Amino acid sequence: MTTTVLPRVNYLNVSHGVLSWLLTKDHKRIGILYLVVVTIAFFLGGIFATGIRIELTTPQGDFVSADTYNRLFTMHGVAMVFFVLIPAVPAVLGNFVLPLMIGAKDVAFPKINLLSWYVFVVGFVFTLAAMVFGGVDTGWTFYTPYSSMASNSNVMLTGIGVFITGFSSILTGLNFMVTIHRMRAPGLTWFRLPLFVWALYATSLVQILATPVIAITIGMMALERALGFGIFDPRLGGDPVLFQHLFWFYSHPAVYIMILPPMGVISEVIACFSRKNVFGYTFVAFSSLAIAVFGFLVWAHHLFVAGISPYSAMVFSFLSFAVAIPSAVKTFNWTATLYQGAIWWRAPMMWVFGFIGLFLVGGLTGLFLASLGLDVHLHDTYFVVAHFHYIMVGGAIMGFFAGLHYWWPKMTGRMFPNWAATLAALLVFVGFNLTFFPQFILGYLGMPRRYHAYAEEFQVLNVLSSAGASILAVGYTLIASYLVYSLFKGELAGANPWLATGLEWKTESPPRPDNFAETPIVNEGAYKYSEREIKVA
Amino acid sequence: MPDGVAAHADPASATGFGGAGHAHAHHPALQHHFETLDQQHEASTLGMWIFLVTEVMFFGGLLMAYLLYRVWYPAAWAEGSLELDIILGGINTVVLIASSLTMALAVRAAQTGAQKATVRWLLMTMALGLTFLVIKFFEYEHKWELNHIPGPNFQFEGPHAAQVQIFLSLYFGLTGLHALHMVIGFGLLSVIAWMAHRRRFSPEWYTPVELAGLYWHFVDIVWIFLFPLLYLVDRAHQAG
Repeated sequence: MTTTVLPRVNYLNVSHGVLSWLLTKDHKRIGILYLVVVTIAFFLGGIFATGIRIELTTPQGDFVSADTYNRLFTMHGVAMVFFVLIPAVPAVLGNFVLPLMIGAKDVAFPKINLLSWYVFVVGFVFTLAAMVFGGVDTGWTFYTPYSSMASNSNVMLTGIGVFITGFSSILTGLNFMVTIHRMRAPGLTWFRLPLFVWALYATSLVQILATPVIAITIGMMALERALGFGIFDPRLGGDPVLFQHLFWFYSHPAVYIMILPPMGVISEVIACFSRKNVFGYTFVAFSSLAIAVFGFLVWAHHLFVAGISPYSAMVFSFLSFAVAIPSAVKTFNWTATLYQGAIWWRAPMMWVFGFIGLFLVGGLTGLFLASLGLDVHLHDTYFVVAHFHYIMVGGAIMGFFAGLHYWWPKMTGRMFPNWAATLAALLVFVGFNLTFFPQFILGYLGMPRRYHAYAEEFQVLNVLSSAGASILAVGYTLIASYLVYSLFKGELAGANPWLATGLEWKTESPPRPDNFAETPIVNEGAYKYSEREIKVA
Repeated sequence: MPDGVAAHADPASATGFGGAGHAHAHHPALQHHFETLDQQHEASTLGMWIFLVTEVMFFGGLLMAYLLYRVWYPAAWAEGSLELDIILGGINTVVLIASSLTMALAVRAAQTGAQKATVRWLLMTMALGLTFLVIKFFEYEHKWELNHIPGPNFQFEGPHAAQVQIFLSLYFGLTGLHALHMVIGFGLLSVIAWMAHRRRFSPEWYTPVELAGLYWHFVDIVWIFLFPLLYLVDRAHQAG
């Protein structure tokens, strides 16, 4: 059944030239456009991380000045959070596969989709300009009054960049939500939807409700910095802690913008490579919504030591523990999906295993930080840094790569070398743990984050961490190399190289411009794997 | 579908892939990725409602700051509020409510296919919106003359001058953001009015008029909240 020729007319060759890409309204091409910018931002953020890790190999602040170091970790955070983690899965993979998965020709608003990419690029350009003109040193959190009154770095340019980029995220969320409501193929009921679509829906909810708040908060900070408005200014009676509340009202849910879509990816990939229906489909679907809703009610756990009332701290601590429940539901259900599955050891599945292990560590250490007493000890230490990197890199980025490898044959029509991808997954997993596990210990021993110098006794663990980071760098470079290689020399994939269910595999790879020759009609759930055999190539 | 509608074919929106097999002509406004005009209309309307939700959250951040400081500094809030011109603010409230009426009439006219009336009501709405902005400009200018603009040159006589500056910061933040929305709405209505003038709408398809109407009503409603929150703090107490 597998055809081994590329489809004669597909979305990649239907038109040519730079303009045909820059003016495209095809969701698949827009997904690729996002991939290009996200990749640039990822390597940029990686360069800043390299600077950080080089500085931290020695206890003395000898590689860069304290001021430069502040700029390095700030720009690492800004680049990675706003230009990699937030858009990586929804805007790249979501854009590409969502309409395919629901049997639609495109997202509901193709022009708005393209607009959101341009908004994203303009935001990125402002942020790049801030970096080129000397960077910014507030931390990616932009806390007032330092950001609004004291810092003499490019806070305004970066703020404008982040503000603008936010609208790209809002428009993507809006587009996806309407698409999922109104563009499903005949017969594709809510409970036949792939779990990735549920995850994108939950993510859209967070993008729509939370992102406007960061926009207006950054706006208020900018008014204060540029015009001298007094909203957070303590001299007038303003409250900097209000800024922190508003900031985290977005930025905590933003963690779920980063992790929910990768969780959806994991559900897709694990079903395919276990040749089984996802265990407890309904629970996994609703746990996405539960995470999105609970995620809005935990923000003040970032403020436990900012002087908030102990009673509200107790409530937020409790709710932060509660959000672990839907996350655990997912983890247990994935594990149960593996049980008695016919596990197929291909590269996308390696990333899934990496995801589950690392997300587990990241999630459980989150409980430490949600505890009021322990948080006093661990706040602003490397324990926090390690925790959120386990979620964001170990979780979100591993999930992104799981999805990128899973759908790469669909996107490009070609296969990557399985051995190279397996090796890369292994390198990233080992390198990641070597980089960040020592940081748990460092943090517990009391090493504070955001300093360029540290006490002598922390050096061994820091050197281990920097060594791990170089393995990570090798791993990521390897991925870029074989994926680019596969574009030219990769084997032709055919429509469905993984023998997966799901509508996106029922059309050619790469898909035709309008996705399907005929609108598919759906009469079964997303994961009918039980009757299929694995035909290992 | 009436034959007259298809006569205004718009080449830009009628193209699509794989459309060769369709036996009958599509409505010119139907985009290629939708099956029916109804589906397109429902998608657009839902999109606009979701957008308005994001707008609520956008204003919500500022209103949260307003709420906190109003609870903390009630005296400064009363003092600052009395500085605002209740006459001009009141006139503007009436102007905006009137513009909501004309906007609703424009949507109604589009719905019934009254092309000229659609354009007329849209122009009326724009005129009222412009009136609002002009009055707002004079209010701002007056504050400028009094050095009541928050910032380094801010001057205010009174026991709570510092907190009044917070009040006025939020006043300018909220009304400025609202005015920005009015300006965007004005631009939006110009486009819609132009489209209506070109007879692009019909009872089968007037989605853009309806969506612009939703937006316009939303911006009005924001003002209905802002007016009492900013202008009417403690007025009754002062009058008594």
